[in-house]
Formats: sequence, structure tokens, C-alpha cells
Amino acid sequence: MHNELLIACHECDVLHRIGRVPEGDSAICRRCGAVLFSHKKDSLDRSLALTLAGLLLFIIANAYPLLEIKLEGLYQATNLFGGVKVLYSGGYWEIALLVLCTAILFPFLELLIKLYILLPMKLNRRPWKMISLLNFLETIKPWGMMEVFMLGILVSVVKLLKMMTVIPGHSLYAFFVLIFVMAAGTASFDTHEIWEKAGDS
Amino acid sequence: MIVTELKTAKNSSMAACRRCHLLCRISESGDRKIIDCPRCGAEIHQRIPGSIQRTWALVIAALIFYIPANLLPISITSALGSSEGDTIMSGVIYFIQSGSWYIALVIFVASIFVPVLKILILFFLLVSVQLKIRWRPLERTRLYRIIEAIGRWSMVDIFVITIMAALIKLGGLADFEAGPAAAYFAAVVVLTILAAMSFDPRLIWDSMEDQHE
Repeated sequence: MHNELLIACHECDVLHRIGRVPEGDSAICRRCGAVLFSHKKDSLDRSLALTLAGLLLFIIANAYPLLEIKLEGLYQATNLFGGVKVLYSGGYWEIALLVLCTAILFPFLELLIKLYILLPMKLNRRPWKMISLLNFLETIKPWGMMEVFMLGILVSVVKLLKMMTVIPGHSLYAFFVLIFVMAAGTASFDTHEIWEKAGDS
Repeated sequence: MIVTELKTAKNSSMAACRRCHLLCRISESGDRKIIDCPRCGAEIHQRIPGSIQRTWALVIAALIFYIPANLLPISITSALGSSEGDTIMSGVIYFIQSGSWYIALVIFVASIFVPVLKILILFFLLVSVQLKIRWRPLERTRLYRIIEAIGRWSMVDIFVITIMAALIKLGGLADFEAGPAAAYFAAVVVLTILAAMSFDPRLIWDSMEDQHE
């Protein structure tokens, strides 16, 4: 445990000497108000549990149909990957790639890497290649856009309801819960502590 | 508030790693790469190198792509033999007229308002940093935080198009396809996110310190 920690604000560069931050509290930059560091409560157990739940929900969300429509006897169902395929075959490979990465690939990798890092840490072991994977996690994190995709689903449903019958698929419920689980997972993941652990080799 | 000399990493011969936030003692200063971070291996600089130039380039590129993104059709709907292209704005107008003002509002905010707001704020921040303006650094940092947080929500329309294109495939009865503007619009979103990432908010505060010396 560190008694004092010297830290520079990442938004305005002012140096701070931080003493012990109580669990659940954050240290705030005295000049610009940016969050310097938060001591997350029960971080390891919570983020591990939320990551496992997230992976399970993610698989359900992508394995079953998301939405089904009915119009004059015709029927069509899709999940997210079906949408990516349609864009790709329609010649819009750039958008297909962007949607694939932001709504499927990066959120999935984020969950997998978190599990890979957190599980050995729980067992007091150091995950192999921890630093490279943490670097990769920091790179893809801003590009995972699950919550934006959820809003996209809601807008689509309202649009479609004006024209035809829409039946929510199983995966829609899984998606809905997944958004909250992923948000809670991000909030409980203590990046600072994990980098500290990665640093002592 | 205490206005006495605040020590920054830059004027104390230190630099923080942008990736893992480790604070390192350094021997030289400047925007060039000084060392590799001993913890995560990322390059350490006191400020993001070429931040202003790169952000300008990305903002201008986004502004150029914004034009075809709004003029060309973003989706093409065909029903019973006739097909019709919709631009972002004509989609918004359609939803206002058909009474779904909340859908119109979501699409207007995410697809028109947010990209314009991001481009304008970045222009303003870049100009204010280049002119070394000392006006309200706290508020300017808040503006930066706003654009960093809201940028991703512009992707909503791209996701809506993906879902609609996958579902509305009902042969001759109804068909929905992405239009040429969709790729330009996606480029605007990605470029503005990259621009916000390459802007270094610490530059806003640097002019405050210059005056002390």
C-alpha cells in the first residue's frame, strides 16, 4: 500500500501528492476538476463477476435473433451479425467493418481480456503478457459502442413499428441487460490498481 | 482558490505516460519522444507531439466529408417498384411530419447537431490555444470533456441503418439499403473522434503558466 502517490493531472498537468483515498472515493484535480484517481470498492471481485455475466449475456445477445418483422405474410429476422453481412454484400464494406468492430468485436475482446487479466489476479497469479494485453485493452476501449448500439435498436424499433409488426427477439432482452452489466463493469474496473500490479514484476 | 505557483509535471522535469499514467522523471523537455514508459512501453512526451497540426488536419477532413454526408442519400427505400433516397435532413423532416418528433429529435441531435458542435468546439479550442488566449481555461477544458464524451453517440444513425437494412428485405414488397452518404457520415464520426483524441487539453493550461514566467 502506498502512503503517498505523486500524480500529474492528465488534463491540465498539475502535480498532486495524494494520500490515502478512502474506498469508494475519488481524488479530483484542484485546478481543472478532472478525476485523478478513484479507489474502487471491492474492485477485483465486482469486475470479475460483471465480466463473467457480460460474456454470458454477450453470447446470448449474438446467438439469437434480435428483431423479427412481419408484413403481409412475409417474415424476416436478424441479429447484429446479419446486419453486418447485408452491408458487406451491398458493397459497404467500410461501414460493415466499422459496425463489426464497434458493436461486436471490440466489446467482446474487452470482456475476454478483462476475464483473462482478472481471473489469474483473483488467484494471485500474474497473467502471461499482461502489459501487452492491457495496452491493447486501452486502445480498443474507446471504440466499443454497445450503449450507442442499444439506442440504435430503440430508434429502429420505433421506425419499424410505423410500417409493420415488430417482434422483439430473445437477444434484445440480453442486449438490454448487457448494457447495464458492461457499464457497471467499466465503473468497477480499477485501471490504476491494475497498472500498478502490472508494474511490479 | 490558491493562485500561488502550481507545479506542473512540465515545469518539474517530469512527464506522465498518456496510456498508463505513470509519472516519470525526465532529463530533457519538449514534445519529442523522450523515453519509452518503463511500465507500459508507450512513448512518453510532455505534450502529444504535433497535437495541434494533427487535430486541425482531422477536423478539416471531417468538415469536408460532412458535405457529401448531408447532400447525398443516406438510405434508399424501395417499395412496390418505386425507390426513394433519403438524406439525413429529409429523414428528420419526414419524422416530424409523421408525428414522431422524438425520433426526429434523436436523429437530428445525433447526426446533425453533435457533429457540427464537435467541429465548432474543436475549431474554437485550436484557435484559442494557438493564440495563447488565457480566457476561462476551466470552461474550455469542460468543452473538451463534452466533445470527448458525446462523439460516439453520432454512430446511432449508422447502427439504425444496419438494423433496417438487415430486416427490411421483403423482396418486391419493401427493401431498405444503405446510401452513399452513409460511408461519408461514418467517416465524419470516426474523424471527429480521432480529432478529439489527438487534441491535448494540457495545451489550454500551458498559456496560463507562460505568463507567470
